[in-house]
Amino acid sequence: MKVSRRNFVKVFGLASGGILLGCNFSEGVIVNGLEDGVSFVPNLFVQLQKDGSLTIVVTRSEMGQGIRTSMASAIADELEADWKYVSIKQATGDAKFGDQNTDGSRSIRTMLHPMRKMGAMAKEMLVSAAAKKWKVSVIDCKADNHYVVNTKTNEKLFYGDLVTLAKDITVDVEKIKLKDKKDFKYIGKNLRSFDIDAFTHGKATYGIDIRLPNMKFAAIARCPVTFGTVKSFDKKEALEVKGVEDVFALEKGSGPFGVLGGIAVIASNTWSAFQGKNNLTIDWDMGVNGSYDTTKFREKIINRVQNPAKVTPGSKGNVSKAFKSSDTVIDATYFIPHLVHTPMEVPNATAHVKDGKCEIWAPTQDPQTARAEVAGNLGMDTKDVTINVTFLGGGFGRKSKPDFIVEAALLSQKIDAPVQVVWSREDDVQHSYYHAMSAQYLKGSIDANGQVSGWLHRTAFPSIVSTFKPLSDYASGFELAQGFNNNPYEIPNVQLENAKAEAHVRIGWMRSVCNIHHSFAVNSFADELATAAGKDPLQFKLDLIGKDRIREGRSPHPFNSARLKNVIYEVKKMSDWGKKLPKGHGMGIAFHYSFYSYVATVVEVSVMNNKLKIHNLYSALDCGLYVNKDAVINQMEGAAVFGISIALYGKITAKNGAIEQHNFFDYQLARMKDTPKMEISIIDNDEEPTGVGEPGVPPIAPAICNAIYAASGKRIRTLPLSDHGMV
Amino acid sequence: MQTLSINGTSYTVDASDDMPLLWAIRDLAGLTGTKFGCGVAQCGACSVMVDGVLVKSCSTPVTLAVGKEITTIENTTPNMVFVREAWKDINVPQCGYCQSGQIIAATALLDAKEDPTDEDIDAAMSGNICRCGTYVRIKKAIHEAVELRKLA
Repeated sequence: MKVSRRNFVKVFGLASGGILLGCNFSEGVIVNGLEDGVSFVPNLFVQLQKDGSLTIVVTRSEMGQGIRTSMASAIADELEADWKYVSIKQATGDAKFGDQNTDGSRSIRTMLHPMRKMGAMAKEMLVSAAAKKWKVSVIDCKADNHYVVNTKTNEKLFYGDLVTLAKDITVDVEKIKLKDKKDFKYIGKNLRSFDIDAFTHGKATYGIDIRLPNMKFAAIARCPVTFGTVKSFDKKEALEVKGVEDVFALEKGSGPFGVLGGIAVIASNTWSAFQGKNNLTIDWDMGVNGSYDTTKFREKIINRVQNPAKVTPGSKGNVSKAFKSSDTVIDATYFIPHLVHTPMEVPNATAHVKDGKCEIWAPTQDPQTARAEVAGNLGMDTKDVTINVTFLGGGFGRKSKPDFIVEAALLSQKIDAPVQVVWSREDDVQHSYYHAMSAQYLKGSIDANGQVSGWLHRTAFPSIVSTFKPLSDYASGFELAQGFNNNPYEIPNVQLENAKAEAHVRIGWMRSVCNIHHSFAVNSFADELATAAGKDPLQFKLDLIGKDRIREGRSPHPFNSARLKNVIYEVKKMSDWGKKLPKGHGMGIAFHYSFYSYVATVVEVSVMNNKLKIHNLYSALDCGLYVNKDAVINQMEGAAVFGISIALYGKITAKNGAIEQHNFFDYQLARMKDTPKMEISIIDNDEEPTGVGEPGVPPIAPAICNAIYAASGKRIRTLPLSDHGMV
Repeated sequence: MQTLSINGTSYTVDASDDMPLLWAIRDLAGLTGTKFGCGVAQCGACSVMVDGVLVKSCSTPVTLAVGKEITTIENTTPNMVFVREAWKDINVPQCGYCQSGQIIAATALLDAKEDPTDEDIDAAMSGNICRCGTYVRIKKAIHEAVELRKLA
């Protein structure tokens, strides 16, 4: 990375006597690359006090991925800091920190290098300060565990004691050197979560735990149908509930994150607000989505993918010719319903609008978007809006969308008091931004040599773009790039088609997004082709990936088939693929490249009397350089459980425009009893860091379904498995 | 007005009789370590102990807890010490939100069983949902907590 001479470390004296190191990477390194088109201009801070205490500002949201620990430890590693002196400060939402959107499995991918550089700069200053004090060359000094050591005399100076001297040191960032991988102290090791004491004592403050003096609690009754509005309402019985103080209408907003509107109930506690809401009588105008019926829509999009659709880039050769000249041609249609995130902490936010300013406390994945939306809705300048980021009780993409934060801001403005909006679980299940329902049709041919000669894939699902640009009814490029037009196989004739799918609910992104459905169809169909060819699925798929190659393109981390094959070999070994299994047992393999990482999964299941049991799960991940190994393994285990939820239970349906599920009794999630034994392997190599949070999810459902086929001969093409009576 | 004894401290709260214990603990007594997850006894995030018995506080009327001793995550019982230690050692939590309930439920299991098997753990812990999916670690940590107790 080229850094201009202007970018020196800036030093600010603190009133406490400590120093604040501000590092400006304003040369605008484009780390994300062209694919996400996000420029990267962070300005991060490390604060060192005379007592040695080191405060590291973390700019990304903590939602279980362990980012606070990872970011801080990367800085601490290069700084040669002693972890016991580290404390972490969560950044507010502010463009000065660069992109803070905690989403797309990109925090470490985009931030690791600048964070390391940040720590290295601070270390450089401290070493220079010590050298100056000793009147020796910096070459004779080295940093070690919060001290600078004179390598000739073995004298030591504590970091805290160098604070005053370091204030006068200027370091040229061009001369900053990063550590060799072999010298890492924290990066690549297992580090316990920085916040584990808070988590295990109930002391971590999530959005829902914010308490302010005179704070009110609010619940909002929203129209059962997306974008419906209030015709009239009766608040009498709501006001009779003890604790209810006010009831009024909240107008529907606009834009992707506009509030849904409805009737707001203001109360002195959460329960009263919920009860007040339940006691409302509301006459709704159901609006344009009032006839949405997912049973009919399912038929509609299945029909569309079974017929010719719009041909998309990535197609090559002539599939019709390939199908005509092959003896073996098979086809299959796959379907996955709408899904919803349901983080354990429901959407909630606390706002205090006062004296022309607004302060927010919220579990948000994207504090800058929240800030802009709140400012826009309140008619304020963004500088007058402060977004305090709390811990997130799970995010999974739901908390990237700040509609619930805007609700709190509008209510606080209206009642002139601090207010916390809390969604009930039913609100969360019924008024979310849903993962798109999808239908896919695949057709493939095997030639006389046993090679796959043609591959036709049609996909249809309402696009996320519809949330931003209503009436968008074809998939966007970024959605098709999630496992549809970049499948790993080397096939001479490929046709990729996208069929129309209209949105009748808010469509959003959920952990691993369109990779969920594309991975399901591609991995299942490749398995079906293996069966048709009479070959072992794992070997057949390895052969279908073809020779080692790096795919040309604009990607900052282009697909490398050798890395994908490597994770497949890894799970093959871990699972002892091909070993003799008990009667009724079977193994399935699936793999997927997403968020620039490579994951392969083998699942062992049994099917007895049509009942499924998942016994063992083996996943291997290649995410390049990783920071906290144990946190990465934890993410992979969690991703497996997330995938099991999708496979076993995931299903959101709508009738007359209203979501039919309510809570965890009818939108079920995987529990401990559903969880198999797991073995996770993380590949060590010298590649650049890539995604961790999401890539573990996409292979899970197809691996399970392929295992079901191996165990029972039953081919599952539609999820969830509960629809097949298997759970 | 009701008087609740939570973790040995007395709290006077003004709750309607139908208010679930969860909201009396969180919004009236001001102890926010106990979490809201579903409101219908499906997820276990709100787990507390009432006179040593594991309950889902979101579906337990506050009146049923009056005159009894309520134990929440803010407390430390003998078995909670082992459970916490194991939780830290295994690095169980991801987002941490459900872990208050998980730790209370695991403590109740240790209170009830000397040496729980995998099946005992599945049965005891399947009322607690972790959307992050930390189940394999929870199971491992419960076994470790039992080992720690044996050593103590």
